[in-house]
Amino acid sequence: MTAPLIRIEHLTRQFQSGGGFLSRPRSMLAVRDVSLGIARGEAVGVVGESGCGKSTLARLVLRLIEPTSGRVSFDGTDLATLSATALRRMRRRMAMVFQDPYSSLDPRHTLTQVLAEPFQVQRQPLPPGTIAALLAEVGLPEGLADSHPQQLSGGQRQRVGIARALALRPDFLVLDEPTASLDVSIQAQIIALLADLRGRLGLTCLFISHDLGLVRYFCDRIVVMYLGAVVEVLPDPAAAPRHPYTHALMDARFAPDPAQRKRLAPLSGEIPSPFALPAGCAFAARCPHATDLCRRESPRLSDDPAHPVACFHPL
Amino acid sequence: MIAPVRALQRPQGGLAGLWLALVIAAALLAPILSPYAFDAQDLPNAYRPASAAHWLGTDEFGRDLLTRLVWGARTSLSVAATAIAISVFCGMVLGAAAAWFGGWLDRAVTVVVDLTWSFPEILIALILVAIIGPGTLGTMIAISVAYLAQFTRLTRAQILTLKGETFIEAARSLGASNGHILFRHLLPNALAPVLVSAMLATGDAIILEATLGFFGLGAQPPVPSWGGMMSAGSALVFKAPWIIIYPGLAVAITVVAINLYGDALIAALDIRQKLRRSP
Amino acid sequence: MTALLDLASVSVSIGSAPLLDSISLRVDRGQIVGLVGESGSGKSLTAMAAMGLLPLIGGRVTGGNVRFDGQDMALMTDTQRRVLRGRRIGFVTQNPMTALDPVQRIGEQVDVVSRLHLGLPQAAARVRTLDLLTQLRIPDAASVAEAWPHQLSGGMKQRIVIAMALAGEPDLIIADEPTTALDVTVQAQIIQILGALVRDRGLALLLITHDMGVVAQVCDRVAVLYAGRLAEEGPVSDIFAAPAHPYTSALIGCIPQDGMAQGSLRGIPGAVPSALAMPPGCRFHPRCERASDLCRTVVPAPESCGQGTVACHHAGVIA
Repeated sequence: MTAPLIRIEHLTRQFQSGGGFLSRPRSMLAVRDVSLGIARGEAVGVVGESGCGKSTLARLVLRLIEPTSGRVSFDGTDLATLSATALRRMRRRMAMVFQDPYSSLDPRHTLTQVLAEPFQVQRQPLPPGTIAALLAEVGLPEGLADSHPQQLSGGQRQRVGIARALALRPDFLVLDEPTASLDVSIQAQIIALLADLRGRLGLTCLFISHDLGLVRYFCDRIVVMYLGAVVEVLPDPAAAPRHPYTHALMDARFAPDPAQRKRLAPLSGEIPSPFALPAGCAFAARCPHATDLCRRESPRLSDDPAHPVACFHPL
Repeated sequence: MIAPVRALQRPQGGLAGLWLALVIAAALLAPILSPYAFDAQDLPNAYRPASAAHWLGTDEFGRDLLTRLVWGARTSLSVAATAIAISVFCGMVLGAAAAWFGGWLDRAVTVVVDLTWSFPEILIALILVAIIGPGTLGTMIAISVAYLAQFTRLTRAQILTLKGETFIEAARSLGASNGHILFRHLLPNALAPVLVSAMLATGDAIILEATLGFFGLGAQPPVPSWGGMMSAGSALVFKAPWIIIYPGLAVAITVVAINLYGDALIAALDIRQKLRRSP
Repeated sequence: MTALLDLASVSVSIGSAPLLDSISLRVDRGQIVGLVGESGSGKSLTAMAAMGLLPLIGGRVTGGNVRFDGQDMALMTDTQRRVLRGRRIGFVTQNPMTALDPVQRIGEQVDVVSRLHLGLPQAAARVRTLDLLTQLRIPDAASVAEAWPHQLSGGMKQRIVIAMALAGEPDLIIADEPTTALDVTVQAQIIQILGALVRDRGLALLLITHDMGVVAQVCDRVAVLYAGRLAEEGPVSDIFAAPAHPYTSALIGCIPQDGMAQGSLRGIPGAVPSALAMPPGCRFHPRCERASDLCRTVVPAPESCGQGTVACHHAGVIA
């Protein structure tokens, strides 16, 4: 196998919060010791619930925020060794689609300005006809070129966000919950568009989502995160979960089929505060299989390259 | 269509715009329009009420009131507008720098701004005029410093809010430089609320200029200003009330018009929310 | 039998915009009815109409009538309608973060409902509150009752909101997207707890959602709204087995399922039309695979279909 396009090694990010006039600042580890390689052309999904650090991970990978420790290499280059200018130039090869299509486009810019911006900031010539071609690529009529984002629907805006990300033909695309604020019918449209573009452009993708079903549809490999740490890596979308949390995530989805109704057995308890992580396994308090060992010691991600899982009692 | 024009299409905006256009035109064209020289004395015809020769009457030296009112507009408007323009420019630079760089610069700017903010504008202006000395220049500087805190604060708040928007992060993810983000995204988006608030502050500045003029600290005689004219007229309020009434009305109507037009502009720009959020 | 909630050809306008067109919907005692559709389809507006809350958002019923337990809501006084809400209709909002008063303890906020609507003294109200919280599977109910809203997680807050809706011993609960703001695992929890509680007490539930999976999981019947009109209504088992309306089958097809091949998820092309530019004929025709000239000109009338109704010229025909 060739070297991975993205190599993430022991990535950790700590955040400080509060620290006002009278209160002492509290710190939390949003991302804890995450390592991951993404091969060229591969689509890796990251799933987890709010506060699991998946969006922070996305931003760390693109170095939109600095890690507290650990490193990210892109195509063999450690991003931390690049000068600010070199990193900016490197950004033409990686792009991001954001969750909220309402705030990710400058309200004062027309679609033409939005789509020309990548060329502008990378000081590249804008070949004539590019804007129209980009709009067509994401299924938008050319007539929208002079409109402002406010005149578009949520789905149309997200298409613009995708066109902007693809404008410079990057190798690597990070999708941060690209459909979380859209209706299901529009979500399916956007996912279909992304799957199609991914195939045609040979993109390497990191797909962040809270929806395991969506990730299983779109990705080749799935990373499950819980409170900042990777608890399991599913080697393929159909793999049976080994971590009880992954199992719970799958169980939480209701199939659109009344014949498959579930008995009431979803997780009891709630996600602990990331500011006060329990000792031992972070999932122990909600886990039906937890033992004293789980509450005392923190399980490490197993070295099993085929199907790593961080659990003392894998299923 | 652009917002300033849309504002004119609202009834109160249109009326206010008409008056402002009239006053500005009069101020600009004062040397051509006015039938007399502003300092042409005619003592035998002093204290005359309105007549065909003097549409608004004459003052205690027999000078034509309409002429002095039009020249006064020139002084008042230019002092107020220039002062606010200086204030807006400096405030935007300071506010944007504070919000953008953060750290000690932000803390320093915030402390100074909060200190200035805790004094009334008139007090700051009086102290500054006392230091610089009375006259048009002193008034201008005093007014611009008095309003500096307001624009610094507003710009800083705008930029801080905008900095958190996803489109800023999106620009950064494309490889945009700080300069690009500041001049292409942050400042254009912060501009509208700042300009509207500048418009409204100009109204206040006209009153402040008139107040300083009334205390004899503004434009020095014989150069007419609305405040100076009212000051002179105040002693003669029973003998020749029109000397104080006309400049007083000019100040009042102009300030009301600025506020009405500003309100129409806020509605046309749809930024009520933004203005409320900031200071 | 008289339906508990009966909307008969209800049309609603806000200002000059007609937003609901002749919606008929019935909820019987002990029944869980799902109301689904994309945003802009009029789901929440239907709920507002059912509770007589339209004036709050400047809307009014322009046709048909809303009956609760046989009584026409339009003929009630404001006071009667107010007593009806809370006492006989409980409401669960979408966002639990803003539904609770931040400066009142949790227990007091639930107590007040049974004191007000059932006339219970404080001590008895508190006993009921703790009982309700326990039934909602809130661990250590007594200390949660003493907590402030900001100390609770989103899922916990939503359970409190459900407790408040149940506290007045209503006959009907209307829940507007009760789990959209919550995490996946918590969503499943809340939906199942709500479903089980409603069943145990023999209450009726009108559950507004955009998630066909949730409908399949807990509902008895489902009504599918599109652009202010009823597309299809019927028993959940029938509709999921063989959706008659193309919109219903497209909505079900939007959910990625296990074993789905890459490229099989297509979504529904286009978007819900704006209320001010509704297409003529069937409002779904610009997005519909089965659309014919008939669909482009003639509004399809609701016709009965099995144990439900469907409004489509080509109902059930597989394209």
